[in-house]
Amino acid sequence: MFADLFAYFYQFADVFAFLVLSAAGLAVIFGMMGIINMAHGEFIMCGAYVTTFAYHDGLPLPLAQGCGAIAAGAIGVALEATLIRPLYSRPLDSLLVTWGLGLIATQGTLIVLGSSVAGIGTPSGGFRVGGYGFSTYRMILFAASVCVLAFIYLLFMRTRFGVHARATMQNAGMAQALGVRRNRIYALTFGVGAALAGLCGALYAPTMTLIPTMGSTFIVEAFVTVVVGGASVLLGTAPAAVALALIRTGLNGVYGQVFGQIGLLLAVVLIIRVLPQGFSGWLAKRAS
Amino acid sequence: MLKRLNGPQTLGNGRGFWVCACLALLAALIYPVFADPYDVGNFAYFLIWVFMALGLCLMWGYGGMLSFGQTFFFGIGGYAYGVLSVDLGNAHGMALGNFVMAVVLAGLTAVILGYLMIYGRINGVFFGIVTLSVTLALAFFLGQTAGPEWAIGSARLNGFNGMQGMAPLSLPWFGGDIDLEETPLYYFVLVLLVCTYLALRILVNARFGNVLVAVREDSQRTELLGYDVRLYQLGGFVLGSILAAVSGVFYTAWGQFITPSSIGLPAAAMPIIWVAFAGRSDLTATLVGTFVLLLVFQTLTIYSEQAALILMGLILVLTVMFAPQGCFVGLGRIAQWRPVRRHTMRARSPEAG
Repeated sequence: MFADLFAYFYQFADVFAFLVLSAAGLAVIFGMMGIINMAHGEFIMCGAYVTTFAYHDGLPLPLAQGCGAIAAGAIGVALEATLIRPLYSRPLDSLLVTWGLGLIATQGTLIVLGSSVAGIGTPSGGFRVGGYGFSTYRMILFAASVCVLAFIYLLFMRTRFGVHARATMQNAGMAQALGVRRNRIYALTFGVGAALAGLCGALYAPTMTLIPTMGSTFIVEAFVTVVVGGASVLLGTAPAAVALALIRTGLNGVYGQVFGQIGLLLAVVLIIRVLPQGFSGWLAKRAS
Repeated sequence: MLKRLNGPQTLGNGRGFWVCACLALLAALIYPVFADPYDVGNFAYFLIWVFMALGLCLMWGYGGMLSFGQTFFFGIGGYAYGVLSVDLGNAHGMALGNFVMAVVLAGLTAVILGYLMIYGRINGVFFGIVTLSVTLALAFFLGQTAGPEWAIGSARLNGFNGMQGMAPLSLPWFGGDIDLEETPLYYFVLVLLVCTYLALRILVNARFGNVLVAVREDSQRTELLGYDVRLYQLGGFVLGSILAAVSGVFYTAWGQFITPSSIGLPAAAMPIIWVAFAGRSDLTATLVGTFVLLLVFQTLTIYSEQAALILMGLILVLTVMFAPQGCFVGLGRIAQWRPVRRHTMRARSPEAG
């Protein structure tokens, strides 16, 4: 009985971790800046590639993963300063620019690094509950996703940077008048989002084949989590991930992976028909 | 109704424009006389994509709905035509029936998806990412359908390798069907494209187009003026998606194959790039710009597909950064601007003197 329950929880945790990790970076950038970063998948790819190269160069896996996240974050900061900043008044255009960049990054990687590179291999190790065997690394991913949510909460609610970032989001002009360096906040926020995307790639690098288009594996889940979550990262992403993971786990169990994804998408389209502002908009409306 | 061919929502309303347009059409009509059939077939291939671009121009440029789902409807149209033509055959005018059925199927899908999004008041960036999610999911799903259990009637979907071996389009004619391949296909596509272009011009200059533009400019104000904004948006979305499906059907009929990779990334980005580069706010600019970009892309693809795609990405980035209205619309405005200025100067000169 307990073993069965744990097996369900394990399935749920696996999907939940995937949704949270793939959506966190996108959600931070969208929630704080109102921009959808269409190159999100390419930041994930960047994180995974850097992790793999660092690992092959002899770094231990956790350090290599740190490198992956930092590399993606640094690229994010540079990108914000050069290409995204002129487009704040035109959110749709920033969507297009990041999409163009994503296209360039994917095809550029294909040309430079070829269609695939040698992977890492999932860290072995498992544990048994009742009659079932489970992978430890999947549990680590679940723990990491919870840590990422906690990190986002602490960063934006408990630090000076977070106060400045939220102030800038609410009223950029006023925040600037009070001495907040708006451009720096934007660059750092974009960097944090990109680094979280890189972290997602870094964490999943050992579990998948590294191909330049690997980002597209993540972006559908990232998009739907952000759409269902709504504008607020803190109120939206976590509940959206819980709800979607429950739906997905149920569908996977009954109909298999393919219909799991398609059913998830249908559920999302129905949810936005009912809750156009996402969970966070709905929660905010109930609170007020 | 023909008066509506010219109007405030389209560039190129003067006599000069129509003379040029007729000359271009004439050139297109006599082109197959001078070229060999293979080149004519290639030329038809370029024209096939223009429907999709015109559809995106209608919903994005005129309606303000940035849909990344053009290849979604392209895929539905293409696959539906493939399945229907394998199952029902293409003889005795059935090909045209399959054509219509495939497009209607895509249209119905667009009604459902559009209803859920537009009546759910999804707009701006969310409209884009929901449509893109649906598109990627369709590509992912079709990529999984390799096994023999994935068949509709006797039509195997064949997963990532895609469907092939459908019959080409054919027209029923006395004494046997005419297969539409190469030159006949070219004429068929050309005629349909000209009709579509003229019909869209009439449509955007009519009441529908004016309201659609009003919704784009300020949907709240339009609503307060008594228009059902959502209905007009849904109309624009469905019409644009149907045009994408027309492209899909032609694509399948042209090469007699279709694969999931013409739905997913990077294919989904292509219509956006054509229309953004050409200038989304005008049909003529979209038509010409799309054609030019396709020509460039196809020429480069022969050497390196990756390099061609990188160039496309660069074009998108540069267009958005430096010419957000699009390059060809800019050219069109310049062409139209001069005579207007001369008139106003002439009108003012007696007062000044």
